[in-house]
Amino acid sequence: MINSFFTFLHDTLIIARRNLTRVWRTPQLLFFSAFQPVMFLLLFNYVFGGAVSGSTSGSSYIIFLLPGILAQTALFGSAQTGVGMAEDLGRGVVDRFLSLPISRGAIVAGRTLADACRNIIVVSIMIGVGMALGFRFEQGILHALAAIGLVVLFGFAFSWISLTIGLAVKDSETAQVAGFVWIFPLVFASSVFVPVQTMPVWLQKFAENQPVTHVVNAVRYLSTGNADSSAVLYTLIWVVAIVAVFSPIASRLFKRAV
Amino acid sequence: MAEAIIHIKDITKRFGKTVALDRLSLDIKEGTIHALLGPNGAGKTTLVRLLATLTMPDSGTMNVAGFDVCTQGAKVRHQIGLAGQFAAVDEFMTGRETLEMVGELYHMKKADVKSRAKELLERLGLTEAADRPAKTYSGGMRRRLDVGASLVYQPKIIFLDEPTTGLDPRTRSELWSIIRDLAKDGSTILLTTQYMEEADALADHITVIDKGRIAAEGTPAELKKSLGQDVIEVRFKESQQAKGEETLLKIDNNLNIDSLTGAVRLPAKDGSKTLLLAADALTQAGIEPEEISLHRPSLDDVFLAVTGRKTK
Repeated sequence: MINSFFTFLHDTLIIARRNLTRVWRTPQLLFFSAFQPVMFLLLFNYVFGGAVSGSTSGSSYIIFLLPGILAQTALFGSAQTGVGMAEDLGRGVVDRFLSLPISRGAIVAGRTLADACRNIIVVSIMIGVGMALGFRFEQGILHALAAIGLVVLFGFAFSWISLTIGLAVKDSETAQVAGFVWIFPLVFASSVFVPVQTMPVWLQKFAENQPVTHVVNAVRYLSTGNADSSAVLYTLIWVVAIVAVFSPIASRLFKRAV
Repeated sequence: MAEAIIHIKDITKRFGKTVALDRLSLDIKEGTIHALLGPNGAGKTTLVRLLATLTMPDSGTMNVAGFDVCTQGAKVRHQIGLAGQFAAVDEFMTGRETLEMVGELYHMKKADVKSRAKELLERLGLTEAADRPAKTYSGGMRRRLDVGASLVYQPKIIFLDEPTTGLDPRTRSELWSIIRDLAKDGSTILLTTQYMEEADALADHITVIDKGRIAAEGTPAELKKSLGQDVIEVRFKESQQAKGEETLLKIDNNLNIDSLTGAVRLPAKDGSKTLLLAADALTQAGIEPEEISLHRPSLDDVFLAVTGRKTK
């Protein structure tokens, strides 16, 4: 039992390292994965910032915006998980792994772990850019680390949804499209860009209770204290629930896909 | 002859309503090169994927190196190496890293991993390119690396699924000599191919698969023989055609004359002896044929005969 757990861990780390090699070897890809959220950050901060900041309790918009952009970044990053898996399936890489005496769960776990590591890098870049624009973690380093951890964990949970999509469509291009469409309403109908209270009542109900709003509010709480601490708990519940639902589905689809 | 190392009995595999393999039974002897020959969709790849524990059959039993494929998958995976239909190499990793990763996934010792990777790179002629990312490799180099990855753990049995599809002739023959060397070391090799000449050039034993069933089986020589004997084909100058036919009729009255080209075909009952006999008779009659040749039926002829279709 313990032995097979160590095998799983060992194999997962090796496969994660393999997936990360691609990230190191194509820094331009990493650059552009960070470029998109940076652009969002700059556009929203300077274009909408003035209009929105009146309603963000006096603080400058960047302080409100950055936690939202961090969650959006992690979500977009996790959408790549399914694309990568579909690619590996199509190119025979998964067959190669399956013919080796390795823990089969390590093939999927290695991918989600690698994408979580990539998210750490991109999220850190975003925080750097945000700080240059005036964002600060006012609650100290531990809260800052907790905020990063929470965002990355959130992305990790969504990686399992993305993986499920990738394994269901089995084609990397379809996975690319199918993996992104549903993220937009989640990101925009949330507290990422504007306070939920400014939305119509029916949309508020959705926005207040969906996971993106929770993680964004949790990061706001951890950075400035301007949010309810319960958001942290709700985020963790969402993370556990998403992984609990989607990891068995993904595992079953994985067995069927090969 | 050696014992069978792979036993396949009554294997059926369906994908939805399509029957990919239909109660197929086959034994593969240890230390031989065995070719599965057939067109696209014949079920070759499905059979290899089943034997390599990538997927489960709907019914039937398979035994690889003494282990049941369906119930002892993990044990089977320690005995086999697989190089799939695509060169499944990671573009961003170097050749050395790819081989070392496979070694690590076999839980080999660090030092063994390094020395084995180095040895394989040398053997496959990839030493110079070892530390370049595989995206800079040619098609042939990728295939060699992919085959190399299947050899890291020195498997008893190597599955090569269409190892040379899409390669140019020179690269193909390079890969052929690598495959022959592996067999010399005592490995059992099961390879699938759509190319007659590949099966003919490499295999000790050939199984022709069509629509999930075995259409024919035997050594390359046996398969050709089952089609009948060799044939001598002679072409004459127009002025000598009649006299030539007359001379050959004395050797065998079963002549076949191509009405279009005038080529005369004569059954070569004793193979090359009949050829010499015919040549002598023609020389003595003062006839100088434009062309004279001995034809053995090709594996393409075998395929056409057993499946009713031409190969690619």
